[in-house]
Amino acid sequence: MPRERRAETEKRWRLIEMRDVGFGYHGRAELLSGMTLSLQPGMFHFLTGPSGSGKTTLLRLCYADLLPTAGQMTAFGHELRDLSRDDIADLRRRVGVVHQEPQFLDHLPVAENVALPLSVAHEPVDMDALRDLLGWVQLSQHARALPPSLSGGERQRAALARAVILSPDLILADEPTGNLDWDMSMRLMQLLIELNKSGKTVLVATHDLNLIRATKAQVTARVLRISGGNLQLAGADL
Amino acid sequence: MTLVRGLLRDEGGKGDRIVPPTGFTAQLTLFSAGAMAFLAVFALALALATGRLADHWSTQLAGSVTVRISAPADQQEGQVQTALQLLRTTPGTGEPRQLPQDELAKLLEPWFGPDMPVDALPVPALIDLPIRGDDFDAEGLRLRLEAEVPGAILDDHTEWRRPLVSAAKRLRMLGIVSLLLITAASAAMITLAAKAALAANGQVIRVLRLIGARDLTIATAFVRRFTRRAAIGSAIGTVLGVGAVSILPDASAAGGFLTGLGFQGWDWLMPLSIPLVAAAVGFLATRWAALNMLEAVR
Repeated sequence: MPRERRAETEKRWRLIEMRDVGFGYHGRAELLSGMTLSLQPGMFHFLTGPSGSGKTTLLRLCYADLLPTAGQMTAFGHELRDLSRDDIADLRRRVGVVHQEPQFLDHLPVAENVALPLSVAHEPVDMDALRDLLGWVQLSQHARALPPSLSGGERQRAALARAVILSPDLILADEPTGNLDWDMSMRLMQLLIELNKSGKTVLVATHDLNLIRATKAQVTARVLRISGGNLQLAGADL
Repeated sequence: MTLVRGLLRDEGGKGDRIVPPTGFTAQLTLFSAGAMAFLAVFALALALATGRLADHWSTQLAGSVTVRISAPADQQEGQVQTALQLLRTTPGTGEPRQLPQDELAKLLEPWFGPDMPVDALPVPALIDLPIRGDDFDAEGLRLRLEAEVPGAILDDHTEWRRPLVSAAKRLRMLGIVSLLLITAASAAMITLAAKAALAANGQVIRVLRLIGARDLTIATAFVRRFTRRAAIGSAIGTVLGVGAVSILPDASAAGGFLTGLGFQGWDWLMPLSIPLVAAAVGFLATRWAALNMLEAVR
């Protein structure tokens, strides 16, 4: 294989690649600086750090909701700054995102919300697969319910189902258990572990060290910590 | 083109369902589109009627000239015969016709009433000369009449015709300007309504962008809705407007201008274009508003 082609393949192999990436909101000092990170397929990552350290910002950079103000960042081999608006939309179909407080189209039933990524990608909805997915996140009973009637845990699971329906390569979860009790948090983490075991790359931002410890007991996970705007690999202190 | 395909694509209504129903706002948009279409029907009727009027005054009055002969009673008949002779040899004209006494009486009736003995009045003789070709030379005829029929005056109606045609043309322009203003006002109204809808659906847009919706996909959901409202509202307004125009008094009943404000013949098909134009305006206005607003959302 020619050297350039191999380099290109390796580049695509890394889902997200950051080289000395910095980011600062308008008119403020850099929140993140000198970040170097490579997210590779099939890995499970935790991103931790105190509140306000930039965890959410880092995740937003990963799905091109923000663009880095310094350094180089690629997603699926493409430089983030070079992406057009349509390219960014296409990128987001390859990245499933779950927020702490997920938003839905409140006038549509849960099943339609979950299937929404298929609709916007103009792909047909396989009703059997949709039923299976709702069953997997234990929301079969709520398929016809409207999102405002769901509990916090149900909303998170619905958001996870919506995030994975297009079978994305990367799943980003921003404090997904922030509003959930321990049992519900572990149920959600179990789903993320299953996704990871099926080959998906998962990046979970959380400040809950107990959750990280409990998850690490079941899956090999890399823990990254943001401190002082820099990214470090956390180790034995967990 | 992608947007047009999106508008036409059958998604089982899913495309529309992305945007929550808005109830009262939707009815307001329908009402406004209907009201604008109703007004557009009248503006169109005005433009068409005044156009017809301008053409009528231009062609009918230009289609003939009148020779008026005022001479002492004992010379009048002789001058009329000379004039008829001369007019028959004038190029570009048809057969001249002297107006008989009863037609003269009819012309004078509005001023003197039906019982006035016209025979007793020194009324000039009138000869109607139809114009048949472009080689008719009014100025040449005027000079020949001056030379051979001293009591004859050629009236080619220019003095009457010019201000009437000018007034009709201005009225037609007024109708066209009204149509343009109605179109612009409709575009402004739909743009405002679309922007309000987009602003009110910030959460919908955020969710759609998060799951990978392209700008055109999001815009299409709004564009389809507003295009449909503009088309349906204006169709209703057009039907009502055409109905209102159709019950106006018939032009032939009184013969006046205002009673002729309506459609004739193929003109009745012209209002069909109003819903189509309204739909196009709705489409373009919403598309512009949606894509501009979405540009600001990453």
